[in-house]
Amino acid sequence: MTMHTLSVLVENKPGVLARVSGLFSRRGFNIDSLAVGETENPDVSRITIVVNAESSPLEQVTKQLNKLVNVLKIVELDPQVSVARELLLVKVRADRAARSQVLETVNLFRARVVDVAPDTLTIEATGTPDKLDALLRDLEPFGIKEMVQSGLVAIGRGSRSITAGPALRAA
Amino acid sequence: MTRPTPETLAHTARRARATADPAGTVDPAAATRAAATPAAPAVRTAAPAQVSGAGSLVRSLEALGVDVVFGIPGGAILPAYDPLYDSTVRHILVRHEQGAGHAATGYAQATGKVGVCIATSGPGATNLVTPIADAYMDSVAMVAITGQVARPSIGTDAFQEADIQGITLPITKHNFLVQTPEEIPQVLAEAFHLASTGRPGPVLVDIPKDVLQAPTTFAWPPTLELPGYRPTLHPHGKQIREAARLMAGARRPVLYVGGGVLKAGATDSLRRLAELTGIPVVTTLMALGAFPDSHRQHLGMPGMHGTVAANYALQKSDLIVALGARFDDRVTGKLDSFAPDAAVVHADIDPAEIGKNRHADVPIVGDARHVIDELIAAVGVERSTGRGTDLGDWWTQLDDLRTRYPLGYEEPSDGTLSPHYVIKRLGEIVGSDAIYVAGVGQHQMWASQFISYEKPYTWLNSGGLGTMGYAVPAAMGAKVGKPDAVVWAIDGDGCFQMTNQELATCALEGIPVKIAVINNGNLGMVRQWQTLFYNERYSNTELGTHKHRIPDFVKLAEALGCVGLRCETADDVDKTIAAAMEINDAPVVIDFVVGKDAMVWPMVPAGTSNDEIMFARGVRPVFDEDDI
Repeated sequence: MTMHTLSVLVENKPGVLARVSGLFSRRGFNIDSLAVGETENPDVSRITIVVNAESSPLEQVTKQLNKLVNVLKIVELDPQVSVARELLLVKVRADRAARSQVLETVNLFRARVVDVAPDTLTIEATGTPDKLDALLRDLEPFGIKEMVQSGLVAIGRGSRSITAGPALRAA
Repeated sequence: MTRPTPETLAHTARRARATADPAGTVDPAAATRAAATPAAPAVRTAAPAQVSGAGSLVRSLEALGVDVVFGIPGGAILPAYDPLYDSTVRHILVRHEQGAGHAATGYAQATGKVGVCIATSGPGATNLVTPIADAYMDSVAMVAITGQVARPSIGTDAFQEADIQGITLPITKHNFLVQTPEEIPQVLAEAFHLASTGRPGPVLVDIPKDVLQAPTTFAWPPTLELPGYRPTLHPHGKQIREAARLMAGARRPVLYVGGGVLKAGATDSLRRLAELTGIPVVTTLMALGAFPDSHRQHLGMPGMHGTVAANYALQKSDLIVALGARFDDRVTGKLDSFAPDAAVVHADIDPAEIGKNRHADVPIVGDARHVIDELIAAVGVERSTGRGTDLGDWWTQLDDLRTRYPLGYEEPSDGTLSPHYVIKRLGEIVGSDAIYVAGVGQHQMWASQFISYEKPYTWLNSGGLGTMGYAVPAAMGAKVGKPDAVVWAIDGDGCFQMTNQELATCALEGIPVKIAVINNGNLGMVRQWQTLFYNERYSNTELGTHKHRIPDFVKLAEALGCVGLRCETADDVDKTIAAAMEINDAPVVIDFVVGKDAMVWPMVPAGTSNDEIMFARGVRPVFDEDDI
C-alpha cells in the first residue's frame, strides 16, 4: 500500500464533498486526510485527498470519481514534483523552567508561537507531514495538552497549473 | 384497442381541454432511440411566462416531450398535481411508488425514451429507492421527481421528511435538490440529458414544496451547465485498429455482447460485424434480443444459467471482444479462472467498467454503435490485406457442444405441469413481436432460455439488482410505451405477490397486459439452492399458493379488474394462452400451476469456475478432453 495524493477540482456546489467522500467509503477506502477550499475561480473548489491504497483499486476509484457530474478534473500529484503542506496547532505545557527549551524547538522548526498562557504555549507550524511529525516528537517530552492538524494541501511545482480547463469557462 | 374506463375518458377529455400551448405538443423526435445523442430540449422555445414552480415543472416536462408519467400524489408534491391536471402529459396513478418506478423503467426499456416517475416526500420517495437502484444497475434512463418538505423545514425532521438526495446518492447517476423555482427548467433539462446520454441511468430531482408554490418565470429552452459531464462517444482509432488486428489473428474469438449494444441502438451494426467476421456471439441476460436467437452464430447466454456452448466458448477463447458488457460475476463465475487464455478487447461507454473486473488488453471507450461501426471498417481493412483466420475448427467444436448439450428439460416424473413447457409454448404461440417482461428467479431464467428473442427491446428484466416484483409494473410501463405491442409478463408466484396491485392500475387505465404466473407454490430459485446446497431443507420457501391456494390468483385477478384463467395440465396450455390472446380489452392473468421440483439447468454453482458448469443435476459436460 502506498500513499497517494489526489487533487480533485469540483464545482463549488452544495453536497459535492459528500458525493466525493461517500464514494471513497463506499468502495472500501479509508481517507487519510482531506482538505477543501475555493480556488482562483470561485465557482471551483479543490479537494486534496490523501489515501493509502494499491494502485489498481485506486484507479477504479479515480474513474468512479470522474463519473461524478460535479467533478471537473482529477490529478494525482507526484511527491517528487509537488509541494505538500499541512498546518499544525499544538498546545504544549511550558512553565517557566521549560519555556526556553520549548522556544528553542519552535525556532529550530521555524514554527511560531501564536498564544501564550502562564503554563502553556500554543504553536503554529506548517510543513510536510514528516516535518510536523518530527516537531511533535520533540515537543512530546514537555507534554502536549491539545493539538489539531489540517488536511494536506498540495500543488505541483513549476509553472504548469491544474485548472478546470475550457469546459468550465465555456459553461 | 383498450376498453375505455372512467379514468381514461377523463384523461382524454382533459387532453382535449388543454390549451394549445406551443410548449405542449408531443415531440415525435423524442421517440428516436439514441442513447449517445444528447437529448435536444432546444427544439422548441417558449417565451417567458409567469407561472408557479409547479407550473414551471409541468411545462418543462411538456417541453421535454414527456407524454406519460407514473406517480402518486401526496403532501409535498401536491402543488405539481394541480397544473398536471390540465397538462397534455398523461399521469398514470399507480398503487405503490415502487410500481411507478418500475413502470418508468419498463417504459424506458421498451421505447428508448426517458421514463418518468413522481412521488411525494418521505415514504413516497423512499418507496422509489428500489426501482431507482434497479434502474441504476441496469443503466436505464429514468427521471424520478420527488416532492420535498418546504425549504425552512428541511433538516428539522418535519412530517414526511426524508433526505432522499442523500439516500439515493449511491444509486443515481446524479441527483438534484432544487433550491429556487427559477432553476426548475434548467434542472429538468439537465436531468433528462444526464439520464439519457452517455451510460444511461436514473436521475432524481427533489423539489421542496415551497419552491413548487413560489411564483417564477418559465422560459424554454434553458442552458445546460454540466462542465464536468463529457461522455466519450467516439472510440480512439488506434485502439480500434489494434482490436481489428487481434480479431483477424484470433483462432478462438468470441463476441461477448451486453446491454450497452441495445442502449446504443447498435443491433444492426452488431449483426454486420458478426456476419463479416464469422465470430461466435454470446449475449448476456441484459442483451437478449440484441442478436437473433435463431442466428447460426448465436451460442446463447453465458454465465450461471447460460448454455454450455456459450460458457465453453468464453472459457476456451483466445480473444474476447466485449461490447457494452461488464464482466458481471453472474457471467464470469469465479473471476480468476474465467477465460484464462483470452486476450480481452473491452469496449464500453463507461471508462470505469474497463478493467474493473477483468484486465483489458485493448481498452476502448466509446458508444457501442460508433465502436462497432468503426470495428467493421477496421476489420475490412485487415481483410483487404489478406489477414484473417479460418474459424472452421472453432466452429466444429462449438457446433458439437451445441448438439450434445442443447437447452432442454425433462418432463416432471410426478405428472405435474412442466414450467419449461409452459414458457416454451408461450414463446412459440405469442411469437417474437411481443414484449416479454420477467420477474426474478427460476421463471426469469426459463424465460431467458426457452423463448426465442429475435428482435431488440422485446426482453425486459431486472438483471443487475435482481428485483422481485419488477415484472407487473414494468410490463405496465412497456405497454403504455408500446400500446400496439402484445406485452406478456412472465412472473413467479413469489414475485407476483410483491407488486400485483398495479393490475388495478392496468384495469382502470386501460393497459391490457398479460401475466403468466408460473406458480410452483414456492420461492423456486431459493428452493433450488436449498435442494442443491442445503440438504433439501426447505426453510421458508413454501408460499402456500399450491397447498392452500392462498391467494387464489384467479380470484385475485378478478378482484383487481382483470380476467383470471387457470391452467393445470399440459393439454390446456395452448388453449389457455390462445384464450388470453383473444382478450384485448382487459388485463389477463393466467395461473399456471406447475410442479415445484423443476430446476434451472445448466448451472454454474455460485463462486465456482465456469469450467464447473453442470448440464443437469450430477451431469457435467466433458470439455477438458476436447483438445484444441
